Amino acid sequence: MSTDNFNQYTTEEFETATRAVLGDIKATVEPNFGELGIVCDRSDIVAICKIVKQDPGISMEYLRSISVVDWVEHMEVVYHLSSIKHMNRIVIKVVIPLEDLKIDSVITVWSGADWHEREGHDLFGVEFIGHPDMSPLILYEGFEGFPGRKSFEIPVQETFYGD
Amino acid sequence: MNISDYISIFAIVFVMFNGILGSVLVVIYGERKVLARLQQRIGPSRTGPWGILQTLADAVKLVLKEDIRPQNSDRIIFYLAPLIIFTPIFMLWVVLPFGSGLVLGDIDLGLFYVSALLGLSVVGMVAAGWSSNSKYAMLGSARSAAQLISYELPLILSILSVGLFAQLFTDNPFNLSSIVNAQAGLPFIFVMPLAFVLFLIGGLAETARIPFDIPHADEEIVGGAFVEYSGIRWGAFQLSEYTGLITMAFLASILFLGGWSGPFSDKFVWLQPFYISSKTAFIILLAFWIRAPLPRLRIDQLMAFAWKAIIPISFANFILVSLVVFIGDRISLPIFQIQLILGLLNLISMIALAYLLTSRRKRRLAVYRERWGEK
Amino acid sequence: METKATVIRDENSETAELRINMGPQHPATHGVFRMVLTLDGERVVTVEPHIGYLHRGSEKLTEGENFQQITTLFDRLDYISNFNNEWVYVRTVERAMEVEIPERAEFIRIILGELNRIASHFLFYGTYGLDIGAMNPVMIGFRERERIQALFEGVSGARMMHNYFRVGGVKEDLPDGFVPAINALLEHLKKGYEDAKNILTESEIFIERTAGIGALDAERTLDYGVTGPVLRAAGVDYDIRKADPYSMYSDLDFSVPLGSHGDCYDRYMVRMLEIEQSIKIIEQCIRRLPDGPIQGKVSRILRPPEGDFFVHGENPRGDLGVYLVSTGGTVRPYRLKIRGPSFSNLMALSSMMEGAYLADSTVILGSLDIVLGEVDR
Repeated sequence: MSTDNFNQYTTEEFETATRAVLGDIKATVEPNFGELGIVCDRSDIVAICKIVKQDPGISMEYLRSISVVDWVEHMEVVYHLSSIKHMNRIVIKVVIPLEDLKIDSVITVWSGADWHEREGHDLFGVEFIGHPDMSPLILYEGFEGFPGRKSFEIPVQETFYGD
Repeated sequence: MNISDYISIFAIVFVMFNGILGSVLVVIYGERKVLARLQQRIGPSRTGPWGILQTLADAVKLVLKEDIRPQNSDRIIFYLAPLIIFTPIFMLWVVLPFGSGLVLGDIDLGLFYVSALLGLSVVGMVAAGWSSNSKYAMLGSARSAAQLISYELPLILSILSVGLFAQLFTDNPFNLSSIVNAQAGLPFIFVMPLAFVLFLIGGLAETARIPFDIPHADEEIVGGAFVEYSGIRWGAFQLSEYTGLITMAFLASILFLGGWSGPFSDKFVWLQPFYISSKTAFIILLAFWIRAPLPRLRIDQLMAFAWKAIIPISFANFILVSLVVFIGDRISLPIFQIQLILGLLNLISMIALAYLLTSRRKRRLAVYRERWGEK
Repeated sequence: METKATVIRDENSETAELRINMGPQHPATHGVFRMVLTLDGERVVTVEPHIGYLHRGSEKLTEGENFQQITTLFDRLDYISNFNNEWVYVRTVERAMEVEIPERAEFIRIILGELNRIASHFLFYGTYGLDIGAMNPVMIGFRERERIQALFEGVSGARMMHNYFRVGGVKEDLPDGFVPAINALLEHLKKGYEDAKNILTESEIFIERTAGIGALDAERTLDYGVTGPVLRAAGVDYDIRKADPYSMYSDLDFSVPLGSHGDCYDRYMVRMLEIEQSIKIIEQCIRRLPDGPIQGKVSRILRPPEGDFFVHGENPRGDLGVYLVSTGGTVRPYRLKIRGPSFSNLMALSSMMEGAYLADSTVILGSLDIVLGEVDR
């Protein structure tokens, strides 16, 4: 293990191994700021996740987080994966268009995707298809709007100081 | 009975009642202070000198608080439940002697009276839990019903073994005063230490104190049967809890520690209440001490402890005492020898039990030491 | 004791499951966590966790703050281990801007971070004892934590919300007399640790209550994304300080305590042994603490380059990750996602609790050692 904080696991072998494992799935694989970045179509996300989790050489058994980024013209769902066995890290980015905010849920691959996806649904309105329970997680029932988005304006509450 | 009798009865009851209330205040203050010292705290220190008025202030606060009743609760039972718990515990004090002749009603079947009234508090608990219309309260009352009924048996069996043994000394073995008189020579704790320990365990469980405070379990069911009570009604529950503790300790000192008897207690009658209250205070301190470091058991472990360990031991102890008393009486051994035999047998069985418990503990600990390496 | 029980049912009697609501106001839910339990008698059938009562929108708030100002928000996430939170955040920005950090600053950070870990574990010890019903542990736990916080106050000026770590270093140098003070503190902590161990570690009731409770095997624990002591208790050797060493951790000598059964007792033991290891780390750092600057060369206005960066660090509760998306040249982050360890750990709760006793539910929840400020963000 190197002590360098930056780019420590982006070995050439890991990149080529990941490329080889992905086979004919259409995806770009290139280093992404210290991790191995995979950019793919949203239809392939579950397939890719299954492959990178189950392949013994890559073995991404640990889903660190699922983030949604609002790029105003489109949304991006970012999956951060990590391998405890090999200490490799992968980041998968999927672009989804604003008109159709839907993506397949990866809860069948990692149970830990549960609340991350619900949070993404809460704050950004991204619908994760196949998730068993999309009820609000951190917002209350009946909350209007998606507070994570750039377009959301934080309502200003008038402070009442008394008479 | 003429009018002066009524007045004197009223006066006595008034004094007793307020005396118990006062002693409850003292015990609560003592618990807070003692626990604080055991935990490197100071405890109440602001209200009055050394904080002695703290419990009084709390009591006043409880009285002044709003009395809230949940909307869907059963009104009559909800209001009755504190009284149902409160009354039998106070009725117990009718037969408890503070000194020779210093007792309200010196009834012959005092032991049975005590056992009967001890069993009544479970009714109040269930009534409180059921009528509150709260799931937490219901769980709490179900737990306390299970627990109180289970631990009633060892308690009563050890009380009865005392009565059995007192037969050798007196014709009136179930009278509390004669039990105390029987211990003038040698307190029963030296003759029947096993019964004493069983009584203490049963008493702790009956008064629902740590490690047996499962009916209350603040971290799980937030106070059990009393969740929905507030103000003076909650205070009444608390009062009966602590009165229960005092009663248990008082009973233990009567049954096992020789009651009011002590050095010069025959010559100076005024020493007798002093002796009995200091013995009671000692037992109460023991309960505080047990409370400080120990965690709480789980309900199934508690039940297993009762039905697999404590109750068989109590029965064995009861049979042992009755055999020794019966045979000793038949072959008319001197009382001293019977005491010696029973004491020795008790000691042997205590040592055997202690050995069994420690070896079990060692076996269990070995597993965890191995798991974690000797560190 | 294994929790084996045969349920005896009377054919004629009718039983019903009981749904009870625990929280958000409940003494054992460690904050404003709420769970709806379905009970069969005293046994838990299903658990339905509800979070969000402490949601303050921290992630959204960061988008309106400068990079220097965000540190204060991180103090308020996991409010038991503030230094560790700040540390992960400043490391994210440092990594994005590729800042060199002077060695003295690194050692100061490690000392404070490890002290904070000890404080957090002592708090766990206290509250865990309380969850099981013992009163003494909480006094010992808070006593030791209070000593540590007094030192923190001397260093940063605040007991909890420090705002002390800066991008490139720390806010100011250690106060005079820090080294004697921390040496005295460590002596106290060692004594307090022995006290703590004596009360619970070998207590028979404690073992009965925790051993075999809430056990989850390594595979399933990992499946939920659980990290930190809970994962290590299941036997998975994953400590970011070792696995992906940051700061000076690769130079320091310490070991990672591992459990084998993944039950509540192992979680407790892992945390207790981590206190020992942290004391060991701090002692090494004090010995090696060099003189020198405490702040690297950083421009006054922070403008990280374009890109997205994910940095994680080992918090007392597990793997805290910060995902920073920067559009380049701006003084505010475009998006900042916080991956809190408690958030993921809490997900595994329901599978741990099913089939346990009601009394165990608080024990299991306590063994996860969650902080709601981080779960809800």
